[in-house]
Amino acid sequence: MNPLILAEAAPGVAADFSQETIWASIVKAVLIVVFLLTSVLFAIWFERKVVARMQVRPGPNWHGPFGLLQSLADAMKLLLKEDLTVTRADRFVYLLAPMISVFCSLLVFAVIPFGPSLPFPWTDWTTPAQLTDFPVAVLYVLAAASLGVYGIVLGGWASGSTYPLLGSVRSTAQVISYELAMGLSLVSVFIMAGSMSTSQIVSSQTQIWWFIPLAPAFVIYVISMIGETNRLPFDLPEAEGELVSGYMTEYSSMKFAWFFLAEYINMLNVSAVCVTLFLGGWRAPVPDGFLGGALNEGWLPVIWFLVKLWAVMFVFVWVRGTLLRLRYDQFMVFGWKVLIPVALAWVVVLAVVQWLQRVQEVSYQQFIPVIIGTAVVFIAVMWFWPEKKEAPPGAGKEKEPVDAFAGGFPVPPLPGEKLPPSKRFGKEVHGE
Amino acid sequence: MNPAGLVISTGETVLFWVIAPLMVLAALGLLFVKRAVHAAMCLVFVMVSMAVLYIAQEAPFLGVVQVVVYTGAVMMLFLFVLMLVGVDASDSLTETIRGQRWIGLLIGLGLAVVLGSVVARAAFPPAVGLNGGDPGGVANPQALARVLFGDYVVAMEAVGVLLVTAAVGALVLTHRRRLTPKQNQRSVADARIKALPDGVVLTPLPSPGVYARSNAMDTPALGPDGEQVPQSVSRVLRIRGQERPAPHVPADELVHTPESERDA
Repeated sequence: MNPLILAEAAPGVAADFSQETIWASIVKAVLIVVFLLTSVLFAIWFERKVVARMQVRPGPNWHGPFGLLQSLADAMKLLLKEDLTVTRADRFVYLLAPMISVFCSLLVFAVIPFGPSLPFPWTDWTTPAQLTDFPVAVLYVLAAASLGVYGIVLGGWASGSTYPLLGSVRSTAQVISYELAMGLSLVSVFIMAGSMSTSQIVSSQTQIWWFIPLAPAFVIYVISMIGETNRLPFDLPEAEGELVSGYMTEYSSMKFAWFFLAEYINMLNVSAVCVTLFLGGWRAPVPDGFLGGALNEGWLPVIWFLVKLWAVMFVFVWVRGTLLRLRYDQFMVFGWKVLIPVALAWVVVLAVVQWLQRVQEVSYQQFIPVIIGTAVVFIAVMWFWPEKKEAPPGAGKEKEPVDAFAGGFPVPPLPGEKLPPSKRFGKEVHGE
Repeated sequence: MNPAGLVISTGETVLFWVIAPLMVLAALGLLFVKRAVHAAMCLVFVMVSMAVLYIAQEAPFLGVVQVVVYTGAVMMLFLFVLMLVGVDASDSLTETIRGQRWIGLLIGLGLAVVLGSVVARAAFPPAVGLNGGDPGGVANPQALARVLFGDYVVAMEAVGVLLVTAAVGALVLTHRRRLTPKQNQRSVADARIKALPDGVVLTPLPSPGVYARSNAMDTPALGPDGEQVPQSVSRVLRIRGQERPAPHVPADELVHTPESERDA
């Protein structure tokens, strides 16, 4: 057995890594890091430029063509700033936190397929255009995201200051609760694709991209991915008006830059997962078999992937340029009382439908009357549902005075209840 | 090479010998570090390393779930409580139960003896891998799903019901009766309108004055009539008497004051 070959072909994975050597993996890993870092530089410029155009101003246009070197200049500025460490900081954790953030954000792209097998230039060699893939690749993405939260939590705690602590607590609650909704929306893709490996999910989208049949899950994913990355309108952890800048308040220079970098890489991560799971991955936006499938071969898929990736990134910026920040309680209510129940219900409905189709072999034609019937019943119920009447607590209570010593112990009256008039009321005070 | 044909590769051996000592160090750190958050970090490190070892041993699902569930959710809640409650090195180390250290030490020793004897007596069969050496076998999650939702479905459901009961029970026990009507944006606005006759202002209060030589928050703003607006200075400053009194605002900055009044 060749020790340089890393793995046998894993069951349930479409991409074939059986010919992969360790050198190819190292090259790919380096390429991914380079891609992510340059993408972040581009993303910062892209965001500023697009938001500027939405606000009818030119945006950065001074450094380089179209202001493209602006983010490079910003990065230089950050590097040269004074590196502060707060006196009350827990030094080790304070330094560790931004590193955890960046490290975990770099992990995700390892399982994102940029394309099918790519020919190596000047050789007859082909290799899958992703670093690795395994049967639970998408769960690995969730795991990396949940580890990344540690960077935020520890950063806020280690700063030894109030605003960062509040920001990090908010951020953690937010990421954990939105990760639930996100995970549930991903489950419907697992059900349809029958796999959790990214390459298998992409190859299951030859007929139709999953965002059409799984539209509710797609909408939930898009909402929760914005919540997960702490972006507007969900950027409560760093809400400037309330928390200075949340968990990064006490960070400066390169340590701040790490957090900044992690945030933008996370945006790229969730966008790439969105593209891979819902938008057909690297597949060309044409019907399967168009031009004999020539658009899905060679290096072209990489272009489709990047176009889709930046389309999702545009949505991020668009949302930021359009919507206002939510209030924290509204945000949590939305996550727990709307997103998660809807996602759960959707998964149950989808599982039942899939079971009927695959196990009971019910055809689409038989489904239609059922769907129409359910819709009619639902609308009828909603139509005749009695409207909830707002009754303030204590309003419908009788006006009789309550017995304050009902159980043998004195109990204060509840709001709206009245005590009997005191026996001493109106009496003269004697003995003075 | 063992009879079943499963080779433990050099890479896996190197991985083990790099990670295992670090894990032991972190586990010892858990016992000996002073601050609770550092101990939690040590535990997180042990958990993540364990996940890495699971993945190296052909159990990617177990490894990933270990990270998502234990590290991502359970430990995060621990950390939350530690941070919010603020457990620290300054906490008292006095014994609350008499002799609890000795009892703890005894129980710990007992556990160590039991674990040690079990590990020492264990006989390992030849490794076959999770697919039983069959490269075309089902993938890890599918096999797990078959076991959990096929062979042990009743146990799974029982555990599920138990957990849901516990969660609902916790909610019920911590539930408080709502005594007053719930406030919402509408009711707050209505209440403020109702309080108008009592001198409540609907709009935000005016901000402090901005002048050429002073824009500090202790300088009152000028109203359209040229008079100073006391509400423009924070209430706290006014109560403390730290508001800059009117004569201290340089007279020549009061541009709205008519020429004739300025000299007066």
